[in-house]
Amino acid sequence: MSTKASRFSARLMLAPAVILLLAWMLVPLTMTLIFSFQRFLPLRGGFQGWVGFENYIRFVNSSAFWPAVQTTIIIVGGVLLITVILGILLAILLDQPIWGQGVVRIMVIAPFFVMPTVTGLVWKNMFMDPNNGLLAYLWRFFGGDPVVWLSDVPVFSIILIVSWQWLPFATLILLTAIQSLDSDQIEAAEMDGAGTLSRFWHIILPHLSRAITIVILIQTIFLLAIFAKIFVTTQGSFGTRTLTYLIFQRVLESQNVGLGSAGGIYAVILANIFALFLMRIVGKNLDR
Amino acid sequence: MGEIVLEQVTKSFGDVTVIPPLDLTIEDGEFTVFVGPSGCGKSTLLRLIAGLEDVTSGAIRIDGRESSTIPPAKRGLAMVFQSYALYPHMTVRKNIAFPLRMSKMSKAEQDKRVEQAASVLNLTDYLDRRPGQLSGGQRQRVAIGRAIVREPAAFLFDEPLSNLDAALRVGMRLEISELHNRLKTTMIYVTHDQVEAMTMADKIVVLRSGHIEQVGSPLELYRNPRNLFVAGFIGSPKMNLIEGAEAARHNARTIGIRPEHITVSAEEGQWSGLVGVAEHLGSDTFFHVHDTGLAETITVRADGEVSFKHGDRIYLTPRTEFMHRFDEQGLRLP
Repeated sequence: MSTKASRFSARLMLAPAVILLLAWMLVPLTMTLIFSFQRFLPLRGGFQGWVGFENYIRFVNSSAFWPAVQTTIIIVGGVLLITVILGILLAILLDQPIWGQGVVRIMVIAPFFVMPTVTGLVWKNMFMDPNNGLLAYLWRFFGGDPVVWLSDVPVFSIILIVSWQWLPFATLILLTAIQSLDSDQIEAAEMDGAGTLSRFWHIILPHLSRAITIVILIQTIFLLAIFAKIFVTTQGSFGTRTLTYLIFQRVLESQNVGLGSAGGIYAVILANIFALFLMRIVGKNLDR
Repeated sequence: MGEIVLEQVTKSFGDVTVIPPLDLTIEDGEFTVFVGPSGCGKSTLLRLIAGLEDVTSGAIRIDGRESSTIPPAKRGLAMVFQSYALYPHMTVRKNIAFPLRMSKMSKAEQDKRVEQAASVLNLTDYLDRRPGQLSGGQRQRVAIGRAIVREPAAFLFDEPLSNLDAALRVGMRLEISELHNRLKTTMIYVTHDQVEAMTMADKIVVLRSGHIEQVGSPLELYRNPRNLFVAGFIGSPKMNLIEGAEAARHNARTIGIRPEHITVSAEEGQWSGLVGVAEHLGSDTFFHVHDTGLAETITVRADGEVSFKHGDRIYLTPRTEFMHRFDEQGLRLP
């Protein structure tokens, strides 16, 4: 791939893919940008003139904005915390030689294959339902009053549901990372007098740091966009309205495309700030 | 102090017996080498002593203390691994200090010992680097440094030089021997390379499928191999082992004669044959001679200046005073 002709033909052959990708990304983004500067109400005649930055100002000044940002951060942070910590523990557990290891590993991955909508509905109706849910039975069995999960502790419930789905992903990546740890290192640490906890803290955890940053990076990108699980459970009520959900409400419930688009642009900026931070951390970790 | 005594030690993995009952005493301050072909159980034996594997039965006494149930860290032994097993996220300084940190030693004492070990091993300039930035030989020295600082009763080396290139291996061999002379600590060294065994050891333990074939000083093993296996394993190139009529003439099942104990001549000798491959090392030349009337191809060592070519007829005379005779069981005849 170094002669002039081959480089030229390489570019030529790559061009359709690159152009398609660019168009795929740029067209919706540009349309969102254009809409965000318009007063655009589909049910009241559509385009009603250019309004400059008014949509942006209105979106931030709306009483729902900051709570939505806060909810987003709490949900993303909570899910990351649960999936990373439990993921590490599960990965260590699954790394132990046990009978039927292959089957157990496949079962652990299963939740990741369930569609988000289905996950939300299964949890809402089968686990968290205060009358017929499994958790309600459990509570009653121990003589407690069933928790009305989705209205009493709605944010926590959402975190729980999302974590359930994303835990396998974290576990899988961390498991492969643990398996790549040189067993000599563990034995050397054992000879050096490191107990189980010290070995975990000084050898295993640093070894996992790269995998952990990758898990955090990938999950954050996807978690910022959770929608289906909220839509089928709380519909954004009880303080579970994330930024994504707020944008959805502005566009489809309030039928205010301009305002929603401005929110969309904010979300793009927010996601990029996150990504930039994480890329720098990952980059630092990948240097080693 | 570091006398290590193995008494009736056995090790099985499931139904497979890796080490049948084995007795061995390693004196304090001795440089002992376990040598044998791969799969002979030498690494397993080392790991049993280290405590990384549990013995199936038997006792391991370190300085008179029964240790076979004591966890590895409490046995007072330090190990250098084949892969070095350095901690990649820690600097050289932290790597070397790790065992001290684990034993909760004061920071000042830690620093003192690390500096000391670093100066012994020429690592002072590299203390703030990570293992990834070091060469193979330097990593090896860091691994040794991590072992030294603990001031262990004995050092265990598990094929430490097999990942190094040939030139570096010779250098590190000298350094480890030098270190042993200075520290006078017991060292147990596992290798499959008989040259390492011969050059470094005070005592060589030759192992085959978990059995000790012979224990002795390098020259004892070279001069008086107890059986065919040791005879064939020690010495490079291998001893010529001859069976058949020629052996029967010496009242033995097999006779053995080392390449360096055969006189080469262009005119006359006991056996005559054709030169096959000639390996010129400069100082010596090894000729592989065939068509001697013996079933085996004979390897002989000649001076580097002797120049026979492929296909030349040469005459060989074994020096009978260096001939080894073996019986049907492969045991040495007096």
